[in-house]
Amino acid sequence: MATEANGEGTGLVFHPMDQFIVKPLFGGDTINWYTPTNVSLWMVLTIVVVFLLLVVGTRGRAIVPSRVQSVAELAYGFVHKMVEDVAGKDALKFFPYIMTIFMFVVFANFLGLLPMSFSTTSHFAVTAILAIAVFLTVTIVGFVKNGTKFLGLFWVSSAPLALRPVLAIIELISYFVRPVSHCIRLAGNIMAGHAVIKVFAGFAAIAAISPLSILAITAMYGLETLVAFIQAYVFTILTCVYLKDALHPSH
Amino acid sequence: MEGDLAHIGAGLAAIGSGAAAIGVGNVAGNFLSGALRNPSAAGGQTATLFIGIAFAEALGIFSFLVALLLMFAV
Repeated sequence: MATEANGEGTGLVFHPMDQFIVKPLFGGDTINWYTPTNVSLWMVLTIVVVFLLLVVGTRGRAIVPSRVQSVAELAYGFVHKMVEDVAGKDALKFFPYIMTIFMFVVFANFLGLLPMSFSTTSHFAVTAILAIAVFLTVTIVGFVKNGTKFLGLFWVSSAPLALRPVLAIIELISYFVRPVSHCIRLAGNIMAGHAVIKVFAGFAAIAAISPLSILAITAMYGLETLVAFIQAYVFTILTCVYLKDALHPSH
Repeated sequence: MEGDLAHIGAGLAAIGSGAAAIGVGNVAGNFLSGALRNPSAAGGQTATLFIGIAFAEALGIFSFLVALLLMFAV
């Protein structure tokens, strides 16, 4: 997709989708699975930032927390409460996994907002892996915990008997569409936002409307900061919802 | 110019984001009218609000995806 975007002749100075091209860091054109690219660089940076916040930032373990430590405690408490409220108390043993997902996604989104950076979560490949991991975890946990009773998720016992096979098919389809919508929601939101900012940035080259375009970029940037957090929140809370379905499949 | 029809299709697919906007507006507006009736219960329902918005918005993102596919993949 991105390589074709390069060749298209458009009226803008640069193509708004150019920012999503995956490039090797040290020159060359071939990308193998071990090639360090800008995607892997920014994913490593994301992990470094999460490490700095959660491990190095809380090293002091002060009773009166420092600024970094209180941010880390805030994030911990936020996700902990979310898991407890949405998925229930017995889902708390999955808290480390959900905390990992939340911190990775929120920092990947925020780092992507830095100028000249690369937003890793705008690629479906990245979010699809996260979503497939969640899907497999939830399905395996559901079967291990409930055995065949997990299939009761698809057999809506509150509906009339004649309707149940139809509902079962619909429920089955919606169950398997979950990872698709889960990953497309995050990647699509981030990609759309960044593309809109780039479109306005392209208008800045035209002198007559450049003040307007800079104003629009500023406004969109504020909105994107909000979206970056909300999409991470939504990704995490949907993980909790799916986990709740796996732990308590009865309708 | 080749791909003209695909570009028209991409523009038509963008209508879907307007439909998603109606959906998100419905969710948020109904939440607000409910929250103003009973503000004490509103705080506990923000998670439900965001889940509802996310589901409504996902379909708009699907149409955006269709537009992208028509622009760059077809």
